[in-house]
Amino acid sequence: MTQANPSVVAKRRLTGLDVQEILLRGRAFIALIVLIVVFSLLNSTFLTPANIVIMAKHVAINAILGIGMTFVILTGGIDLSVGSIVGLAAMIAGGLINEGLVLPMFGVIVYFHVWAIILISLLVGALLGAINGLIITRFNVAPFIATLGMLYAARGLALLRSNGNTFPNLVGRPELGNTGFPLLGSGEFLSVNYSIWLMIIFAAVAAFVAAKTPFGRQVYAIGGNERAAELSGVRVKRVKTIVYMISGFCAAMVGLIIASQLVAAHPATGTFFELNAIAAVVLGGTSLSGGRGSIGGTIIGAFVIGVLGDGLIGLGVSSFWQQVIKGAVIVLAVIIDQVQVRMQERAALQRQQQAA
Amino acid sequence: MSVATTNSPTETEPIAALPQDEIIMRAVGMTKLFPGTVALDHVDFNVYRGKVNVLVGENGAGKSTLMKILAGVYQPTEGQLLLEGRPVTIKNPLDAARQGVGIIYQEMNLFPNLNVTENIFMAREMTNGRFVIDKKAQIAQTEALLQRLRQSIKPDDLVADLRIGQQQIVEIAKALAQDARILIMDEPTSALSTAEVEVLFEVINDLKANGVSVIYISHKLDELLQIGDYVTVLRDGRRVDEKPADQIDVSWIIEQMVGRNPASLFQGRDHEVGDDLLRVEDLTLPRVGGGYTVDHVSFTLRQGEILGIYGLMGAGRSELFECLAGVRQGATGRVWLNGEEVKVGTVDGRIKLGMYLVPEDRQRDGLIQTMSVADNMLLPSLRQYLTRFVLSRKKEKEAVTKSIKDLSVKVANPNQLITSLSGGNQQKVVVAKSLLTSPKVLLLDEPSRGIDVAAKSEIFEIMSRLAGEGYGILFISSELKEILAMSDRILVMSKGQITGEFAKSIATEESLVAASAVGHGLANYKNGNGNGGNSHDPS
Repeated sequence: MTQANPSVVAKRRLTGLDVQEILLRGRAFIALIVLIVVFSLLNSTFLTPANIVIMAKHVAINAILGIGMTFVILTGGIDLSVGSIVGLAAMIAGGLINEGLVLPMFGVIVYFHVWAIILISLLVGALLGAINGLIITRFNVAPFIATLGMLYAARGLALLRSNGNTFPNLVGRPELGNTGFPLLGSGEFLSVNYSIWLMIIFAAVAAFVAAKTPFGRQVYAIGGNERAAELSGVRVKRVKTIVYMISGFCAAMVGLIIASQLVAAHPATGTFFELNAIAAVVLGGTSLSGGRGSIGGTIIGAFVIGVLGDGLIGLGVSSFWQQVIKGAVIVLAVIIDQVQVRMQERAALQRQQQAA
Repeated sequence: MSVATTNSPTETEPIAALPQDEIIMRAVGMTKLFPGTVALDHVDFNVYRGKVNVLVGENGAGKSTLMKILAGVYQPTEGQLLLEGRPVTIKNPLDAARQGVGIIYQEMNLFPNLNVTENIFMAREMTNGRFVIDKKAQIAQTEALLQRLRQSIKPDDLVADLRIGQQQIVEIAKALAQDARILIMDEPTSALSTAEVEVLFEVINDLKANGVSVIYISHKLDELLQIGDYVTVLRDGRRVDEKPADQIDVSWIIEQMVGRNPASLFQGRDHEVGDDLLRVEDLTLPRVGGGYTVDHVSFTLRQGEILGIYGLMGAGRSELFECLAGVRQGATGRVWLNGEEVKVGTVDGRIKLGMYLVPEDRQRDGLIQTMSVADNMLLPSLRQYLTRFVLSRKKEKEAVTKSIKDLSVKVANPNQLITSLSGGNQQKVVVAKSLLTSPKVLLLDEPSRGIDVAAKSEIFEIMSRLAGEGYGILFISSELKEILAMSDRILVMSKGQITGEFAKSIATEESLVAASAVGHGLANYKNGNGNGGNSHDPS
């Protein structure tokens, strides 16, 4: 009897710890479900199809930016320029649709097909990312500084493109053969908006690349220990440059989606988006020091931010309070991250002690 | 599970004969659990007053863990500490310092961006009033300490600019500055030259005379017997035995540590040496601020040959390897591999050609600490596991399983974090990484550094086997016995140049040491006068 008692207690404590650990590991997902339940109880319109579609569109924006940002942060870097690249990509697409490409030396204006315009904008995004990467890897500039510079420069270029004005009504003209741009934002497949499909495709490809390709493995390695990665034959400079190109590419995609949804390109599009993207990555459990994290986590993080933001709006919480709450949630997430690490250690030790 | 079972009658005799106050600190039944391992299992440890208490054991035997408990870094899972016979708990390193326990860590804990004085007084700054640092007093005390350690280091030298050996001296000065009653030294000599070791030993004798009790951890066994008074052996987290140093010898220690006869350790095997594999001509690496770190080095390495490279710290050996591996971009000179000139200068390119560097500093250069054992092993050779563009789990698993078996890496699950392995097993993983790239020339930089005797002999076993299979092996070691036993031929470097070449048959410890001191002030060397920190004392 006396011997049975402690072992029962031990068992109960063990399972208690296990449950705690599961709760902690899946915390972002659990937080998401809790948020959805709470908001849907407080607000009857929260889970209506219309509202879900709006929320999903918002999530897609942060998620796509977050995917690019995840690669960057996994290498131990940061990309502050994504918001500005969003704006610049939107302005380039808008300008090419409304004004075309003016070539004064030939006295012609070239109007591209919408597909070509999308491709050009995406390439510009990747190019700006490549510039970020080259500045960081060839001139040894800290990623924070290099991309801060790009944040200003790309925003400036976006404003220069139209002298600060908006390109309105991006429907194109049938006689120029450049119609169809708004479809990117409004089009649907299986009654799901294209932007959401894009998020799914980007996430699937990124998760695959991160987990299943040498490139992905090398990204994690660089974030874990750059010197050791280099001595293992990882072409650190190349991988890092590509990572910023991916981030720029994702940002340009978001710029296109927003311009298309609004059927207009405004040079201030995407201001502060970099912060949402970083928040999504961090909420998803990716370590800012690099080497640890996942694309799946980032997607959940993007959902948490999106649902939190839209849910609070639905409840009529003032936008000022929304910012306070968002900030608190992000910091809380990182605190819980730290707690989890300690919890896991303790749980492992207790299990060992019981085994001994 | 009971605590009071550890002392067998034979070992209690000499201890019981001593009066109680001869023991200043006593750890009773220390147990410490870490995720995945029992680091300490009911260990008893005595610290004798004013003596050098040696703690010895293989990597992973629990020495460092025990020391960290004494220094307040870890809290024991179970067990009691007695200081002057009274039970105490040491809450944190600051608390330890307050109770008179100082520690010099195995991994250096210096701030490279600060100068020597600032490092020595970190967090214990001397102040005028309460807030302003009293620079003059700090510098004066630093000067006195450095003088006591007979170092030419200046108090305002930046730590980043010091050689590793000198940094170690600064660590020691830092601990001395705290006036510790009990001073723990965790492998203090691993980065010191022979001359610097002599100085350290004099300082230790000084400390003993002043009543300071020293706890001394090292892998260098003859050194332990030279300096130690009491020897405690740990094995697999348990205390095996404790004996006065004058009653034992090296082979006793090894037997206790490994649990078997040491005769088979450190024996190179005879193997066939074939054609020229690697030819290096005029390899040169300029030093920032004039001179050469690697000074017009030429040599050849043959197939199946183990070529040892001996020299003092800072002789340019590691830099030579880095040039060969493509790490140093400023290097000039020509290299031929299998008769073909090597044109690519990148690490990646050289690995593809078959030249792989196993770096000296495992933690800094060898391992990705955030990754698993398997991911670390596969990193340099990922291309081999592709099916089209996708990493094939099956191919990865085959390679990992084979490597773990070939090198007998002790790991429960290859997906566990690399940091959960002991030093020796981590080193095997680094070697496994290199072998998976199917290299022709292996550059092993201090492959036996900081790992235990059994792991060392396994690493050497692997080296012999690889040489037998036709690999060319270049290997750096600072341990004379190792390099003499393992090498078919030995090159000695000093100040960036090759100052001696010895076939196995003619190489002796004396000739290697003499060659390694060339250019370091021969007068000092002859007088055995370890002046200036970088001259070599042969005694």
